[in-house]
Amino acid sequence: MNFITRLYYQYRRAWKAVMLYLVISGPGLVVMIADNDAGGITTYAATGARYGYNLIWFLIILIPVAYYIQEMTVRLGAVTKRGHAEAIFDGFGSFWGWFSLIDLMLVDWLTLVTEFIGMTAAMRIFGIPDWLTILAVCLLMGIIVINGRYWTWEKIALAFCFFNLIYIPAAFMVGPSARQIVREGLVPNFPGGLNGDMFFFLMANIGTTIAPWMLFFQQSSVVDKGMTEKDIPWGRADTFIGSLVTVIVAIFIVVLTGTVLSGVEINDAGQASAALWEKDRYVGAMMAIGLFDAGLLGAICISLASSWAFGEIFGWAHSLNAKIKEAPWFYANYFFTLITAGLIVLIPGAPLVVITLFVQVVAVTLLPAALVFLILLLNDEPTMGEFCNTFSQNIIGGTIVVTIIVLSTCYGLSALFPNLFV
Amino acid sequence: MPLVQSISTSIAGHIEKIREINRRYATSRIQMSTTVRVALLALRLYLLFLVGLLAFKFITVLTQ
Repeated sequence: MNFITRLYYQYRRAWKAVMLYLVISGPGLVVMIADNDAGGITTYAATGARYGYNLIWFLIILIPVAYYIQEMTVRLGAVTKRGHAEAIFDGFGSFWGWFSLIDLMLVDWLTLVTEFIGMTAAMRIFGIPDWLTILAVCLLMGIIVINGRYWTWEKIALAFCFFNLIYIPAAFMVGPSARQIVREGLVPNFPGGLNGDMFFFLMANIGTTIAPWMLFFQQSSVVDKGMTEKDIPWGRADTFIGSLVTVIVAIFIVVLTGTVLSGVEINDAGQASAALWEKDRYVGAMMAIGLFDAGLLGAICISLASSWAFGEIFGWAHSLNAKIKEAPWFYANYFFTLITAGLIVLIPGAPLVVITLFVQVVAVTLLPAALVFLILLLNDEPTMGEFCNTFSQNIIGGTIVVTIIVLSTCYGLSALFPNLFV
Repeated sequence: MPLVQSISTSIAGHIEKIREINRRYATSRIQMSTTVRVALLALRLYLLFLVGLLAFKFITVLTQ
């Protein structure tokens, strides 16, 4: 009897912890899963098609990388109650503040265009015209935010995150060899050697794991949600689970294309969906649905990251808890970014490939700055107090930041000068 | 005419808002230790390097 009572008590305790997690969870999960956006799906699909399962071990390394960076935004947001843009203005003055804000606006808008490119490519497979996809997405994203509650927005976003898992059954459907995945994927190796091509793929995978908008989004999201210092452990758990899920999904995409499209040159995820459709309609459809969902999640987060940042600096009401009448500039910014990015995709002959490459270059100007500011702000003892970075956190965070800066710079440069690393 | 006036009033309002932001954040609040100074200097140099490369690429594309 005593055993059953204790078991029941443990069950109740665990259940309460799960329920509390579900209340607190959100920013970390959403930002991490949205990180698998249209560009991310393209990178993973191309990695699988080019190198099979051989780079899975590298994706696993990216779990702590993503976690350590995003965890710092949770602490900074929960302690300062400020978004990343406002924290930069306040900490480093208006020069660096304007630089970050304008750069963020540009990067976000360009990335948003790439999300629309991904979504329209995905829906084209089902015969849906581009204009209808863009109209439906704008309407849907309007409905999501218009209710004036952060909580509702977050739960809808989490529901969309669930669709990101579609790649898992899709990978099982193509019947990959578990033994081959373990043998080739879990042992660090560079098929063909560490040449320019391989280096490009490694850089692309890192580049898609940490994007500048993620730092701004998660910190603003933590503030809008109202998380405080006592919620930091939950925020950490949320971020860790998010980074785990995002890499698991990435691995399944690599397994999917590594099994079916091995040796095929993939330039975009839409092409991967079409190629899969040729081989298996269900798998192709799942890839396309996943790509659409990834683009949608990316668009939801990116357009909000800009609106939050502008609201923080200009002093406009900037919360999803505010109605349109209460925060007109916040929502105007949100819809303006969204609609203009969508319209660009509809322009016949628009330089979409150039835009896609330009995103990487512009992101390289913002990411190092945002990461350096993040580390410096986390070391500001008067503000951060007991949540200041410890020595070991600085060593780990510093190493990750320097590695990301070097590799993302090389990635951006390779977009600018394609033959640089060949 | 009223439209032009309202637009110019709106622009003036925004310019004033930007000035106010610049005044509010005129000085950096973070303590300027040697590490912070070195990090910001390195960042400036890095960005200048990138801008130089972008300009080089732009000129190369134009002259091709």
